[in-house]
Amino acid sequence: MGFEVLLKGTNFIRLLQGLWVALRISLISVGISIVLGIILGTLMSLKKPVITAVSRVYLEIVRIMPQMVLLFIVFFGFSKAMGLNLPAEASAIIVFSFWGTAEMGDLVRGCLISIPVIQYESSYALGMSKFNTYFYVIIPQIIRRLIPLSINLITRMIKTTSLVMMIGIVEVLKVGQQIIEANRKSSPHAAFGVFATVFLLYFLACWPISRLSKYLEKRWS
Amino acid sequence: MGMEKEVLKIEHIHKKFDDLTVLEDVSLTVHEGEIIVIVGPSGCGKSTFLRCLNGLEEINEGHIYIDEEPVNPAGKNITKIRERIGMVFQSYDLFPHKTILENVCLAPVKVQKRKKDEVKEEALKLLERVGLSAKVNSFPRQLSGGQKQRVAIVRALIMHPEVLLFDEVTAALDPEMVREVLDVMLDLAKQKRTMLIVTHEMAFARAVADRVIFLDGGHIVEDADPKQFFDSPKTDRAKKFLSTFEFEEK
Repeated sequence: MGFEVLLKGTNFIRLLQGLWVALRISLISVGISIVLGIILGTLMSLKKPVITAVSRVYLEIVRIMPQMVLLFIVFFGFSKAMGLNLPAEASAIIVFSFWGTAEMGDLVRGCLISIPVIQYESSYALGMSKFNTYFYVIIPQIIRRLIPLSINLITRMIKTTSLVMMIGIVEVLKVGQQIIEANRKSSPHAAFGVFATVFLLYFLACWPISRLSKYLEKRWS
Repeated sequence: MGMEKEVLKIEHIHKKFDDLTVLEDVSLTVHEGEIIVIVGPSGCGKSTFLRCLNGLEEINEGHIYIDEEPVNPAGKNITKIRERIGMVFQSYDLFPHKTILENVCLAPVKVQKRKKDEVKEEALKLLERVGLSAKVNSFPRQLSGGQKQRVAIVRALIMHPEVLLFDEVTAALDPEMVREVLDVMLDLAKQKRTMLIVTHEMAFARAVADRVIFLDGGHIVEDADPKQFFDSPKTDRAKKFLSTFEFEEK
């Protein structure tokens, strides 16, 4: 079946290292996306025409463009056009954050406008200051709605990191390919075993995260 | 009545939304222990009037005083003033992420800096009084509309406000739940609390009010004791309004 290939030398360790590369790119990108997304979402909820127009164009670009095209633009395009020679991993993080910020921004905006005005007013009517109102009433509600949604974004990012091998990053899928290539002679049928293991690794990384999101959603709904 | 302290003084207030005048030269003095019921057709400015009193709406002209202190939404002491004016809204707007007990205890602990234990004890006592002892650890979504509205009343009461404002608190409730909320308010009336109540429940208004204010087109059209207002309204506008609650027999 090809599983035996993984027991040779450091093959399995390399696969895990590849997984870590994928996880690292998505976690850093999600971190950046959450911070920038909160800022973007707050700005969008202000309903200023200019901000609304700009953010709508931005969101559409992200929605329409395949992530791979974005990766190529940043990694190959920027270096040619602007002499900006970005390392592959940095390019990947930029693209994933660009995508994540758009999604988070939209989520934050949605959460902010979904809190009814009366929640603010009933808090003010109790003598609560603006700060207290946001701190104890509004933000906790937003976080409860936001966390399950942003966890969902993390799992989608982890899955999409399989694209970054196209710009030369050796992540888990690429490591798998390399192992298959290197052992073509000795085990010509390694593909199934190796890719099945890669599948399992993705699953092990994403499943707990998605369970957590389901759990939180249920608990806070 | 004349001997009682003047708690709330409203002097010639005007309120506009853009070009629309909602309140025009409204004045009213509320004495301690007085229960004033405000009635009028929808859109007459009743809710806006209440919302001006605790500074949720800014007034364009005039003055509002609580115990001689001006109510100014932009003023620094507005939170202090709102502590003294409790308000209950139509859409029992509890904080959905907090339990019933946490909903009630939040403001006294965070705003008035009272001791947690003391606040909790009082909260439990008040919740028991409105028949919700069994629900203290529930979340708002687990309660019926009537139960939520009773919690909202307790949440306002625990701040020990000098005046209570009720803005159509039964309007969003199913008919069978109206009574349980009105009973709580009747209980408050017996305790001689100062209250301003906007309502469409005419029978309740008649039973509870010391004074009825009829608001129409942004003006106070009548200011009378309930018996007089409901039995022999002076103005045609009030007669017409009251007739909308009556049905002729077939």
